[in-house]
Amino acid sequence: MTAISRRAALRAVPVGMAACLVLGTGAAAADDATVKIGYAVARTGPNATGAGITTIPNYELWVDTVNKAGGLKMPDGSQRMIEVVEYDNRSSNEDLVRAIERLASQDKVDLILPPWGTGANLAIAPLMARFGYPQLAVTAVTDKAPDFAARWERSFWMLGGGHDYAAGLVDVLSQARDAGTINGKIAVVSVADGFGIDLITGARPAFEEAGFELAYDKTYPLGTSDFAAIMSEAQASGADSFVAFSYPPGSFGMTKTAQSMGYNPKVFYISVGGAFPIYPGVADGKAEGVMAIGGVDADSPAIMDYFARHEAFAGKAPDSWASAITYASLEMLAQAVERAGLDHAALAGELSTGSFDTVIGEVKLEDNQLRDLWWVGQWQGGAFRAVNPAGKEGASVPMIPKPDW
Amino acid sequence: MLTTTLILGLVLGGTYALLALGLTLQYGIARIMNLAYGEFALAAAFLAVALFQGIGLSPLLSLPGIAAAGYGAGWLLYQVMMRPLVARSGGGGRLETDSILATFGLLFLLQGGLLLAFGADFTSISHLERGVDVFGVPVAANRLIAFAICVLAGGALVAALRFTRWGLAMRAVALAPGSAPLVGIDVNRVARQGFALGAALAATAGASISMYQTFSATGGVVFTMKALVIVIMGGVGNVPGALAAGFALGLIETFVATAIDPGLTLAATFALFLGVLLWRPQGLFGART
Repeated sequence: MTAISRRAALRAVPVGMAACLVLGTGAAAADDATVKIGYAVARTGPNATGAGITTIPNYELWVDTVNKAGGLKMPDGSQRMIEVVEYDNRSSNEDLVRAIERLASQDKVDLILPPWGTGANLAIAPLMARFGYPQLAVTAVTDKAPDFAARWERSFWMLGGGHDYAAGLVDVLSQARDAGTINGKIAVVSVADGFGIDLITGARPAFEEAGFELAYDKTYPLGTSDFAAIMSEAQASGADSFVAFSYPPGSFGMTKTAQSMGYNPKVFYISVGGAFPIYPGVADGKAEGVMAIGGVDADSPAIMDYFARHEAFAGKAPDSWASAITYASLEMLAQAVERAGLDHAALAGELSTGSFDTVIGEVKLEDNQLRDLWWVGQWQGGAFRAVNPAGKEGASVPMIPKPDW
Repeated sequence: MLTTTLILGLVLGGTYALLALGLTLQYGIARIMNLAYGEFALAAAFLAVALFQGIGLSPLLSLPGIAAAGYGAGWLLYQVMMRPLVARSGGGGRLETDSILATFGLLFLLQGGLLLAFGADFTSISHLERGVDVFGVPVAANRLIAFAICVLAGGALVAALRFTRWGLAMRAVALAPGSAPLVGIDVNRVARQGFALGAALAATAGASISMYQTFSATGGVVFTMKALVIVIMGGVGNVPGALAAGFALGLIETFVATAIDPGLTLAATFALFLGVLLWRPQGLFGART
């Protein structure tokens, strides 16, 4: 004899769910002086990897840090705790756009933090502009940043473009060649996808202009998992420098392949993934001398403190490219709120013109873009140190040739 | 040059074929098109890495255990999730549609579980990475091992299906699930074994992939796609076909990458796939119906 019929149970489910929702929001809304911050990030789908490394841990660390310090400071000196509204965008731009619309019109959040990735940031830029929210597009790498910053005046682009990274690398290699350390031949491979294409189109003319010969120049499709053929061709090309404009799976795969076949170029450069904390493990502890995109001023106390806090909070070190910049963008946001309040126009104005004290040093945007970035880094003594631009304070001297694997 | 291409291509093809064996078995015998196949392989890969990093157990040593766990998981999954679908379909074509929908859901369930358990990070270990000289061509030891596992598992499977009584029952169920009970074959039991064996092969492939490839919790669909292409090319449910198609794919990709352009490997794969579908829609080794 069952006391509860299926129908009764079905009726009870929505009631119970509604009760939970009311209780949940009731608890959160108890203090109505909170600042509501919303974001829609990729918890699932192909972008979950990038968001899980660079974006989500930094958002959570920042909210935790601010709330433990008593909340966001307002211009009148009061403090308000942060309340987070988070959605999973499932790595789909349609879901992302819907979530942003919901955050803006239904949840009426005070601030919206951007999703991970260039495409995702571009997808929401018009919407953010329409609702008037400032957009700190920190994980978007695009050569069109100046156009975008002009088109959506409350958008901020903080990770440079493919040309910048390519030019930085050419600069490092030119100096090594002029010093007689490497020959004038380069073997370059690139992944046939957004950022890889950006990088190689920036690099080809820059290499030619610097007088390099591209002894091997091929692209490979996204999702390639076997690099044995490519690497043996690159090895046979007679180039001293191996350059890969690659995504993490490719960067890791090429590292392993180079090690197993005993390919020891004097310069071994990979792109995305080289700055990840797991890279030395991937390279079997032999990462010394490997170059990649990004880099940090590993001797700066602010960076050391940030790395330690990130590791304690998230259980893993941050990546040495976009993580610190992501965290810096949040510090900028907090300082701008303290000076200008939550009014979106005033806030955007402050972000655009103010200067901010962050983990990556003092930051001041130029035309709504962060230009004071590290382009090339290298593993030296267990840290991924920035080596280019060489003139920037905190730059390390590049180690060329790289020691053999 | 030619030996390099040949050897690298064969090794690559072996890793492809190994991935496809389980899927073709699951579809051929249990008639279940398992779209969560890649997630199965991924789960095994994560398990192998966790054992390697946790207690220093080499994936080579944990492989038999993982394969056995895969068999158990497949057995359980068939019993709990697939059996009702099989019973409902009454042996008709409905099972294929139902199983595709059900395993499509399972894909997200497994992916969510993997994300929760292992996070979204890329995972990659370095194990047996050193080069081994094969006729003057340096090949990574771990890939060579995957190739050997493929040849052993594939060969054993082909022989077992062809020459044993158990294999005869398997083939009978694959060929005529409606008539097999007439000669005293327990179709349910055989289909369950086939599905579980497929899961064990997926786990084997996953554990060997963990040694040389970077993967993340969201990348299972890539494995499923590759396996699916090979299975369809080789003839659905055909084990020697899957082996041949896997090797063909590896050889073609390597040949195109060295002789023409690495950018065209994907195009070459799908050109070959299209060609097979046009001229032999039943697959290279599939029987005409």
